[in-house]
Amino acid sequence: MTAFRKFWIALVFSGLSVFAFAQHGESHHPQQQTEHPAAATPDEHATDHSDTTAHGGHDCGHSLSEEGEFNAGENAVHHIADANAIHILGNTYLHLPCILYAPGHGWTLTTTSAFHPHHHGNGENSKEGYVLVHGNIMRLTNTALMHGEFQVSDYTHQEIEEKGKKKIRYNAIINGNCEPLDAKTTYDGGIMGGGITSFYDFSVTRNVFTMLLTALVLFLLFRSAAKSAVRTQGHAPKGLQNFLEPLVTFIRDEVAKPNIGPKYEKYLPYLLSAFFFILGLNLIGQVPFFPGSANVTGNISVTIVLALLTFIISTFSANKHFWEHTLWMPGVPAVLKIFILTPIEVLGIFLKPFTLLLRLFANITAGHIVILSFVSLIFIFGKAGESFGGSMAGAAASIPLTLFMMTLELLVAFLQAFIFTMLSAVYIGTAIEEPHHH
Amino acid sequence: MLFLADFSVIKPEPGLLFWTTLIFLIFWFLMSRFAFKPIAESLKKRETDIQDALDQAKLARAEMANLQAENEKLLAQAREERSQILKEAKDAKDEIIAEAKERANAEYKRKVESAMQDIENQKNAAMVDLKNKAGQLAIEIAEKILRKELANNPEQVAYAKSLVDNMKLN
Repeated sequence: MTAFRKFWIALVFSGLSVFAFAQHGESHHPQQQTEHPAAATPDEHATDHSDTTAHGGHDCGHSLSEEGEFNAGENAVHHIADANAIHILGNTYLHLPCILYAPGHGWTLTTTSAFHPHHHGNGENSKEGYVLVHGNIMRLTNTALMHGEFQVSDYTHQEIEEKGKKKIRYNAIINGNCEPLDAKTTYDGGIMGGGITSFYDFSVTRNVFTMLLTALVLFLLFRSAAKSAVRTQGHAPKGLQNFLEPLVTFIRDEVAKPNIGPKYEKYLPYLLSAFFFILGLNLIGQVPFFPGSANVTGNISVTIVLALLTFIISTFSANKHFWEHTLWMPGVPAVLKIFILTPIEVLGIFLKPFTLLLRLFANITAGHIVILSFVSLIFIFGKAGESFGGSMAGAAASIPLTLFMMTLELLVAFLQAFIFTMLSAVYIGTAIEEPHHH
Repeated sequence: MLFLADFSVIKPEPGLLFWTTLIFLIFWFLMSRFAFKPIAESLKKRETDIQDALDQAKLARAEMANLQAENEKLLAQAREERSQILKEAKDAKDEIIAEAKERANAEYKRKVESAMQDIENQKNAAMVDLKNKAGQLAIEIAEKILRKELANNPEQVAYAKSLVDNMKLN
């Protein structure tokens, strides 16, 4: 029953804004440590678990290797997240370079294979103070373990209270000791449970890998179209060129020209790059297996960069007319200007890119979560693989729903790429608009 | 419980920020330089080419129409000329025939006239000849008679002489 509840919570969440979700997280009860003898792996993990529980008097939290009850929400959140290693199938990973920096310790260059990840992307050992938990790099806080490799028997997570705030802490069990772990630095100021920690992760992650791949594929496609466009000059276009050119003309004629005006040519390459970059990432994210499925455009770091570029371009190309109308609107009483209009307009300058980044991020993440939730139906009905009949019933419900969502997401992939480009063009257009003479 | 801590997609990460910026800037540069520029140029060129071709086709069509009208005019002119020529030829023919007829008539008349003249001349000549012959005969006869008579009768001779003078030959 709890699985059902969590499933619906995940659904409701995906429909709502990301902030609404934060409250859900607060109201969530800690997962019950339900013992599932059939689900627990009978091999080393079970012994690892007994090690954990046997470990002294103080609590080290819940073991990650233990197969608890299937949780659709956790599953979705795990799958939309970035990761340091790409999980392909079973225990097969595509190992990626790790570029880590810890102030006071320096740079650490390695690959995820150094952690020997097994089940669930948990590494078997630490390296230079770093460990791999659920496919993500974390860092040990114990300074005695900063050099060399240490065997990690298990990972746990527990809820702790720090400065009156509830936090989730991950631990690594090394030599039977509970070693607290630090997550990588994030710039959320602690609002979303992150913050500046003991290390920075500049690794080529799953998202970085997908971005590189997408950029490369797009470049090769467009390069070939451009070559054939130059080669077949004076002849009718054909093949790939025929497929890509209408997209380019669409952005040029429907987005750039009407919104930017006669100076559109200067901004067209940016709009086209943004459109195809977002579209390519949206589409590759829809592919449910390697090399797809990465939720790149649903990661706020990516949308921040794109929105910031639009912000920089539009702000730096803004003309006198724009600044005058933003900061000191002519024809309005000074009192109104100082207290209402100017503050609102100035706020608007920053809100525009903010909505831009949030819209893309929320739409793509929500789409991924809904699809993952529908796929989770199979595991919920099948009680995580225990009940074959249940799995079949889940699949019967899941397949049409997932198919529907994937079709919808295909539309969303184009729509969001288009909206981002369109609004970028609108912002640039407003910034460089020439004054109208009334 | 795991939710918020693991909901990492909403937390801006330095690594991903860095890589996205780097990848997108390189992508932007490469795409602008090696893909969008040639594509945009070829699109523009093709558009002007198509417009030119359309304009030219329109021009050619107008020219064609012009030419056709001219042709028609020429044809009409030619037709008119032909009928003119035909008419002229017919006139000339009629004229020639009439002239020939006239000439033939004149010739005929002249021939007949000259024949008549000849006949007249011949007749006159014959007459003269005859007169001469008859005269000679008469003279011979008279001579003979006269030889016989005159030898003795001068009155006879005078009478014969008057007779010959009064003879009218037709």
